[in-house]
Formats: sequence, C-alpha cells, structure tokens
Amino acid sequence: MMVHPDTSPQARKASTLAWLLGVVVFVAVWFVAYSELPALSEWLVSLLPVDPATHAGAALAFFFYDTPKVLMLLTLVVFAMGIVRSFFSPEKTRALLAGRAEGIGNVVAAILGVFTPFCSCSAVPLFVGFVSAGVPLGVTFSFLIAAPMVNEVALGLLLALVGWKVAVTYLFFGLAVAIVSGWVIGRLHLEHWLEAWVLDVRSSVAAFDEDAPTLADRIRVGIDAVKDIVGKVWVWIIAGIAAGAFIHGYVPADLLAAIMGRDAWWSVPAAVALGVPMYSNAAGIIPVVEALLGKGAALGTVLAFMMSVIALSLPEMIILRKVLSLKLIAVFVAVVASGILAVGFLFNLVFR
Amino acid sequence: MKDIKVLGPGCVRCRKTEEMVREEAARLGIDVRIEKVTDYAAIASFGIASTPGIVIDGKVVHAGGLPSQDNLRAWLAD
Repeated sequence: MMVHPDTSPQARKASTLAWLLGVVVFVAVWFVAYSELPALSEWLVSLLPVDPATHAGAALAFFFYDTPKVLMLLTLVVFAMGIVRSFFSPEKTRALLAGRAEGIGNVVAAILGVFTPFCSCSAVPLFVGFVSAGVPLGVTFSFLIAAPMVNEVALGLLLALVGWKVAVTYLFFGLAVAIVSGWVIGRLHLEHWLEAWVLDVRSSVAAFDEDAPTLADRIRVGIDAVKDIVGKVWVWIIAGIAAGAFIHGYVPADLLAAIMGRDAWWSVPAAVALGVPMYSNAAGIIPVVEALLGKGAALGTVLAFMMSVIALSLPEMIILRKVLSLKLIAVFVAVVASGILAVGFLFNLVFR
Repeated sequence: MKDIKVLGPGCVRCRKTEEMVREEAARLGIDVRIEKVTDYAAIASFGIASTPGIVIDGKVVHAGGLPSQDNLRAWLAD
C-alpha cells in the first residue's frame, strides 16, 4: 500500500493542530477519570463477597484503587517525560560532557542522566561512545548511575503515592549518590580495569543533522514511550501493588517497625543487601515503599532499599560486564552501595 | 545500489529499524544492500552513543530510537 503523507506546510499545520487537540482531549479525559477512581474502586470492592473491614477487604480495596491509579499516573508522567526527552539525545549529552573536568562534570552528567533518553540495551554503546569520545570514566559512571535510578517513573510515582517531600528527597539524594560515586570512581583511576577492547576503540564523533522533529513528531515520541515503558512495566506494577496490598492487609505494624524502624541500625545495611540481588524497576517497588512507610518503616531504610533495588541490578551488571572487568564491577557496586548506605543512615538520623 | 548498515546489538528496536529500512527502500524502488552490525566495538567505531544507528554509504544519518518515516524516505532518496 502506498501512503504518502501530504507534507505541504498547510497540511503539516493542520496535522500539528490535530495532534495538539488530541493531547488536550486525552489529558481532560484523564483528569475526569482520575478524580472518579476512589468511587469506582469502592464500588468494585463492594461487589466482591468480602467484608471491607477485614484484612482481605483492606488488601483488596488497596489493590483495586492503587492499580488503576498507578497505571494512569505512569501513563501521564511517561508521556510528558517522553516529550521532554525528545529534546535530548545521548549524542548531545556526550558533546556536553566530553573533556569536561571531573567534579562539575559529574554534576552535569548526573543531571543529564535524568533527561537523556536511555534504554538498558543501549548501555554498552553509550558507555563506549562516551569513554572513546573523551568523557572521563568517573563522569560516565555518574551518568550511568543516575540514568536508571532517578527517572520520571520513580519521581512521578513517589510524588503521587508517597508525597512531594519524599520525591524531592529521592531526587536530591539519588543525584548526590550518582555524583559522589562517579567522582570517587574517577579518583581511583581504574581505566586499566576496563575490558581491553574498549580502550582500543578509536572513533571520531559522528556528526549528523537529523531534521528537527516537529511538535507532532514529539507527541508521537511521547506515545511511543508510553507504549514501550507502560507496556513493559505493568507486570511489575501489578506484582508490586499485590505485595503492597499484602503488607497493608496482613503485616503487623509493630513487627515491621521492629525490623525496619529507625531504632534497628542494622536494617539499613540489611535493606541494601536485600535490594541488590532484587530486580525490579521503580514502578514495581514504589507501591511496596508506600505500604512500608504506612506501616511505620523508617524513611532512610526504605529509601536505601529502593535505591539499591533500582540502581544496582544484576541484569545491568551482566550487560556492563562486556565493557568492565569483574574487579571494576565490584568497585562500582561497593562505591554505590556505600553511598546508598550513607543516605539511609543520614535520613534515619535526621528524621527522628 | 546503496550500502546500508543498521547498527545495534540486536534489540527489538534494532530489528524494527532494519525492517523499516527494508520496507521503505522497497516502496521507493531503491536497490539496497543491508548489513547488520552487532559487534559492540564495530558499532562504537562509527562514533555514535546510542542504538539503533543507520549508516548509508559510509555516512551516519541516525542514532538512537526508531527513525521517522519522513527522515528515512529523505535519506534513501538522497
């Protein structure tokens, strides 16, 4: 089938307008549906043959309210961030970071890590592309730590489920961990612990101009991001909410407070140790975080758990093994885990 | 005959990109030879930092994410 879209300026304007209108309608419908959610979930639970006053009833109510709520929020946040990210690219970020001094370079890298579109399947080309173009190793690590840890999914869901204070705290200290960890790795001068072939790559930086995307293109990028991310993480979300619902309904608050409360000093290292081998993304872990906080777990312990689950994952390390020696991976894990520990302890100390 | 390389380790988007290039070339009736480059060192040597990438007759035209169809048509027709 031959389809040649009309690319005359008038047609383009009309199509942009149609896309914009579509977005406005979608957002309006979204807000109406979102405001009606509590009523809908109450009605759904009332249809089920359980007493809302029981543990099972409480768990079910949580599940039926939180699942659509989280999925809807995620859709909106991912869409908006998809559009923002269409203004960034790994190549532009690299150009901003190449040859930049450590210190300020680590800060810029961590912040760009939040906005640059990045998928874990691109981690190796990105790493090699950065290092071979003269981005310092520690600066590259700041980017690679921040990109998965501080993202729109984590921040959006924290904001909605746990509150803006925790979201801002997570943003700030997530960036701090990425900045400091990358800086420390840079200071250690471990370039010789990269896999040999990485240092042999001599590339010129590719220069190419793609046509600047139109507004309609950017909206399409946002929709693609929703399809891609929400399509991938919904299973994690449902698993996370089911776990959160279980905690809400069944786990006694005093037991949890004893294990994850601020008086149990060992709970922070335990949370990090537990979080490293666990693999979930932000979408799956935040409903659990919400439930834990609701039951009296200490903020520092919960943040440490969340950061270690998201920032240090086995699949990512397996991918990075292609460019890093085992020794360097061990240093990476140790440095980042120490940073997360420090955040956990600091919070349990300060927020008493 | 255009010599086209699709750079990418073999993720879903890389395969989709190759498919898009193939379809667009067929639609425009342009003779192409498509080669997939999956080796990380080879990908890096083209100077890109994200995949999938597209190289046409030795020139990098795209890196990161799916190409837009309009761009693809312009590159192939060029």
